[in-house]
Amino acid sequence: MQSSPNSSSTQLIVRTIAAWTVALILFFPLLFLAVTAFKTEGQAIAVPSLWIFTPTLENFHEVQARSDYFTYAWNSIVTSVVSTILGLLIAAPAAYSMAFSPTKRTKDILMWMLSTKMMPAVGALAPIYVLYQYTHLLDTKFGLIILFTMSNLPIMVWMLYSHLKDIPHEILEASRMDGANLWDEFRYVLLPLGMGGLASTGLLCLVLAWNEAFWALSLGAAQAGTLATLVASYSSPEGLFWAKLSAASLMAIAPIIVFGWFSQKQLVQGLTFGAVK
Amino acid sequence: MAEHTRAGSRSLPRLLMSPAVITLFLWMIVPLVMTIYFSVMRYNLMQPDQTGFVGLENYSYFLTDPDFWPSIWNTLILLGSVVFITVGLGLAIALLINDPFPGQGVVRILLISPFFVMPAVNALLWKHMMMNPVYGVLAQIWTFFGLQPIDWLADYPLFSIIIMVSWQWLPFACLIFMTALQSMDREQLEAAGMDGATYLQKLWYLYMPHMGRSISVVIMIEVIFLLSIFAEIYTTTSGGPGNASTNLAFLIFKQARLSFDIGVASAGALLAVVLANIVAVFLIRMIGKNLD
Repeated sequence: MQSSPNSSSTQLIVRTIAAWTVALILFFPLLFLAVTAFKTEGQAIAVPSLWIFTPTLENFHEVQARSDYFTYAWNSIVTSVVSTILGLLIAAPAAYSMAFSPTKRTKDILMWMLSTKMMPAVGALAPIYVLYQYTHLLDTKFGLIILFTMSNLPIMVWMLYSHLKDIPHEILEASRMDGANLWDEFRYVLLPLGMGGLASTGLLCLVLAWNEAFWALSLGAAQAGTLATLVASYSSPEGLFWAKLSAASLMAIAPIIVFGWFSQKQLVQGLTFGAVK
Repeated sequence: MAEHTRAGSRSLPRLLMSPAVITLFLWMIVPLVMTIYFSVMRYNLMQPDQTGFVGLENYSYFLTDPDFWPSIWNTLILLGSVVFITVGLGLAIALLINDPFPGQGVVRILLISPFFVMPAVNALLWKHMMMNPVYGVLAQIWTFFGLQPIDWLADYPLFSIIIMVSWQWLPFACLIFMTALQSMDREQLEAAGMDGATYLQKLWYLYMPHMGRSISVVIMIEVIFLLSIFAEIYTTTSGGPGNASTNLAFLIFKQARLSFDIGVASAGALLAVVLANIVAVFLIRMIGKNLD
């Protein structure tokens, strides 16, 4: 397996080209979307596709004029951030006790929680709709926050559980020996050690809530519509308005993608569910 | 103090568990009970005057719907194909980009991007800009090679949706595998190399066992999300042509929102719960031990 310097540098070149090719192919649809957003409608459907043209901001103005982008964006921000915080507050204590005081049923409870997530949301649509109508939660941000929190909760518990499980019990034992009470234990041991887990769990749930479409479309259309509903309103089969569709899509996904780029290392660490020690 | 903590150590965990367990239980049981109730009632929004107990009629209606078995089949094909594609390609890409090369950081960022795209945008982007048979990018590539462009969504609807969903989930699989590879034991790899192990031998005996757990995690998470794929189908094919791309979630939606039949939709929803549980049990048998 000892390779000469020459063959290993050839290998590096091949690997580099292959990796970049794969990455560019997978990224290409997004690049195409972003470029199309700056074309006129005529340029957008030109065959072959144009790559050199005078960019226009017309589409963004039109999207803003047709539907107030900032209302939708604000709804997205509020629902995803609040549901994430709420979810963490409920999930963290549960994950803590599952990780540090496991019983025979811990695993079953965890699997039961995850199984609630496997049912298609559409199955619960009728009951939720009826309940929301009675409680006047239809088309409110609060109503969406509850739904986002509940649908992300199982994943949150599982992620936090697998993080906390990796904290050695001895550290907690030692702190208890030293007379730490529950608050000290939380403040000086769990929080610092569990911070990474909390952050990555929060990040993932923020992304999931931001991208949630089913409940947002079914229950939040007018007042509490999120960016997913804004995009969906451009999906009407009225024709090929690619440029406007692209502009609206770009405005909907750009915030979360940029956010994701900056936090990807943290996010990925959390997504391994303790698979990586 | 130590005494106090030990005494409290029985009830405190339960107390801390209770918010999550209680809210999730309510979240499950209230809609479930209501769904069971609706499923045995005549409840059609278009015929509000006709109500009453109908027994299992809604179930037999849903089960004998000619779209029922195809929808189960489509659900499982969609799930299986996407898991297979994303795990396979994800492992390959992760191995490819594992060792340092110029621009590794940028490649990582490009690769992870599709994961953040909301399903509605994903579907519209592919439906129009990639798969349009006249103006789409794929049509242009086909024409470039002198081939007849394919009308993807009309001719291969389920396959098209598999492509879209795989595009979204491949980055996820890929990045988890990549993170797992980073923690491989370098010395062990070098030792194997010294002993003359080929790349394939190292792949099979060293990499694969190490990756077992992360593969399980990827499969588990994907199953949770893919059993109820909805937005992609809704935005692109509306389940068609015919029932070619109708999965169980979409079939229930059709009954509820297009036929306004809450009773039949509720019966369908309960069948979906049964399917989800079968898959869950199967999954836990298969990979559950890897998730400890």
